[in-house]
Amino acid sequence: MSSPLLEKIITESGQPVNLCYQCRKCSAGCPMVDEFDFPPNMVMRMIQLGLEGELLRSRAIWMCVSCETCGTRCPNQIRIAPVMDVLRAECLKQGIEPADPTTVALHTSFIESIRQFGRVHEATMLLKYKFKSKKFTDDLDVGLKLFLKGKIPIMPKKSRNLSKIKEIFTKAGF
Amino acid sequence: MDKKCDKKLGVFVCWCGSNIAGSVDVDKAVEEAGKLDGVVHAENYMYMCSDPGQQKVKDTIVEKGLDGVVVACCSPRMHENTFRKAAGSVGLNSYLLEIANIREHCSWVHQNNKPVATAKAVNIIKATLDKVKENLPLETLTIELTKRVCVVGGGIAGIMSALDLADAGYEVVIVEKEPVIGGHTAQVSSSFPYFQNISKLLGEKVKAVLEHPNIKVYVNSEVEVLDGYVGNFNVTIKTRPAFVDSAKCTSCGECLAACPVSLPDEFNRGLSRRGAIFIYNASAEARIPVLRQEDCRHFADFEQSQEEKCRACVQSCSENAIDLGALPGRSEEFVGAIVMATGYDLYSPANLPEYGGGTIPDVVDALAFERMLDPNGPTGGKVLCHSDGRIPKSVMFIQCAGSRDPERHKAYCSRACCMYTAKQARLYKRQVEDGTAFISYMDIRSDSRDFEEFVQVGMEQENLVYIRGRVAKVFEENGRLKVFTADTLTGRQITMDADLVVLAMAMEPKAGVRELAKKMNVTIDGDAFLSETHIKLYPVESSTKGVYLAGCGQAPKDITDTVSQALATAGKIQTMFSNETLIADPLIAEVKDDVCSGCGVCIEICPYGARVMNDFVRISEVNQAVCQGCGACIAACPNKACELINSTSRQFLRVIGDFTSKVKAVV
Repeated sequence: MSSPLLEKIITESGQPVNLCYQCRKCSAGCPMVDEFDFPPNMVMRMIQLGLEGELLRSRAIWMCVSCETCGTRCPNQIRIAPVMDVLRAECLKQGIEPADPTTVALHTSFIESIRQFGRVHEATMLLKYKFKSKKFTDDLDVGLKLFLKGKIPIMPKKSRNLSKIKEIFTKAGF
Repeated sequence: MDKKCDKKLGVFVCWCGSNIAGSVDVDKAVEEAGKLDGVVHAENYMYMCSDPGQQKVKDTIVEKGLDGVVVACCSPRMHENTFRKAAGSVGLNSYLLEIANIREHCSWVHQNNKPVATAKAVNIIKATLDKVKENLPLETLTIELTKRVCVVGGGIAGIMSALDLADAGYEVVIVEKEPVIGGHTAQVSSSFPYFQNISKLLGEKVKAVLEHPNIKVYVNSEVEVLDGYVGNFNVTIKTRPAFVDSAKCTSCGECLAACPVSLPDEFNRGLSRRGAIFIYNASAEARIPVLRQEDCRHFADFEQSQEEKCRACVQSCSENAIDLGALPGRSEEFVGAIVMATGYDLYSPANLPEYGGGTIPDVVDALAFERMLDPNGPTGGKVLCHSDGRIPKSVMFIQCAGSRDPERHKAYCSRACCMYTAKQARLYKRQVEDGTAFISYMDIRSDSRDFEEFVQVGMEQENLVYIRGRVAKVFEENGRLKVFTADTLTGRQITMDADLVVLAMAMEPKAGVRELAKKMNVTIDGDAFLSETHIKLYPVESSTKGVYLAGCGQAPKDITDTVSQALATAGKIQTMFSNETLIADPLIAEVKDDVCSGCGVCIEICPYGARVMNDFVRISEVNQAVCQGCGACIAACPNKACELINSTSRQFLRVIGDFTSKVKAVV
């Protein structure tokens, strides 16, 4: 198999996606497959065929939780999770509207929190996520329980090595 | 009431552990059998087929001087031979021993009703005793054996079989339809899975055949008539006229240029053109031109006078080597065995008009692609578009073209295509590095050593693009080929451009094999492949004794399997030839000369060709070597003039009588 997308994915993820021979073991074990529009095996196939646009607009790349079940079982040693990472990055880089904005909202809120404090501050992270996703009432019950148990502190604690964390961000190009 | 039997009969009832004794009261059976007419000895034993069991039978035959034995046990297919041998070893003619099947026919099917099973067992024993009473002592028949072999077909199967037999010291005759031996293998560029140079390997074998003192090759020849039977076949071989005298011809090629006829060259699968006089395979050792009568204008112009007829080749020949008046030859060969290595043809691409087969010049079949890959082929080994000679940048290989399509084409898998397509695509990629090889497939069947790895290397390292799905249509648009197909792994339709399309056409039996099979009395299946006797245990034996099968005439297969099968036939024939004469079963049909009216019904009905009319006395005789004792002629004879030895109507009426008389449960 050969396609420009395939070449790019192989270089950036380091995964031999060209070896996929469609045994479907990945999809058979994927816990998230019901949420996917294309099962993992088909994602591999679409990469091989170079169906870039369709793939970057798919829900599949955002629904993957990187549990690595597929990668552990793959007979050709393809770890699909890093492949999904590359696809997600590519989606954002190309400015394509993600098929599932809430996932992006959560990820960016998480990253912003780390950037700000050097560690996660749940309260601000959740607040940011709520504003980004506009899903104010979701998970309210769980949130309340966590708050009452003191798991969502109001005051943020900063990391002692915040400067080092910022260095990482600069290195990663954020 | 029958007269009292004057024979001394013995009955041996086997328990077969609990297989028989579980539902048949074996003591009761012995007791009842002992009372029957002529029985002087009856006993039972746990396992009659065991050594002590057989010893009991042998000892009793000697002690009591038995002249008829019934062993009541399992099916005769299991142990008839065992007990007959045992009886024979102590001097009782083995045909005076019969098996009464009280296991498959009785105990196994009546497991819950012991009294009825026992009564039936006694009945079976009684009926068998009645048959034995009239059995004749017989001797096995011996048949003369001619230790020569005729191989029909000079492809790789015929060549390998012939070489083995010839090396074993037997004379072999090869009958080849084409002007040179080598078959389709000569058209193949290289082998899978190791890319070996097939023309070199084949060339060595062809040379060995042509130089072998024990092998005689008839080229341009076909089997016209086959007479005789195993060990004694008489093959009449018809050879097409040799218009070119090979002793005079210097292979100068003047005649080739002179011939006004231009036709697509079959050997190069239409990639080049030839005259009516041409060299069949340019890379073969024999470079003597062949003149094909059916293509030649000299023979076509019936209206013209002798002077007006085309004689271009004759006039061009400075050696006077061409004689248009040559006549066909006919020879006879006496052989003991025949190898049918008739081979295959590719199903014509014209059968697939939706792929442009036979109409679009850049849609070629797999053998044409092989010719392109052959350095000695029409393109000098270069993959080129047939239409305009450019290098194709994308090639679409279509597998299962005509195969696995029970509705419209061939239902079977042609077996070699997955592998040769992978090989062809890999060879193409080696030649055109920036080109793309697409392969349309349904499944990849790579089921032999290193085959799967061979395909995987193509996919993983050489970037062959495998697309799972059947191509719907190939057509021309704006001077390019367009292919409509689907990728069933994503469930999507695909339209792509291709410069060249290669069809891995189904293999089908050689044209004319139906007629040949009829001549040879070999059965064929629905697709006209020659049928073996048993797919597992007698894989190279045909329905006619002494006729063996090898290669693609039996079923599609690759060179590896063809050679294995060819060597198997050689082994089988050597086993047969290791005897001085052949032995045949004497349980065959017999004719009562005084009753036979010579109507010939039996000749028509015999499936083995064993009945022959003696025209002198107008009596239909039995060829003892060929008769298999099936009984068809006996049923067909309107005068009851034939009988099956030791299974006569009289015997069978007695047997039927025993069964139809009232069965009483013995308790």
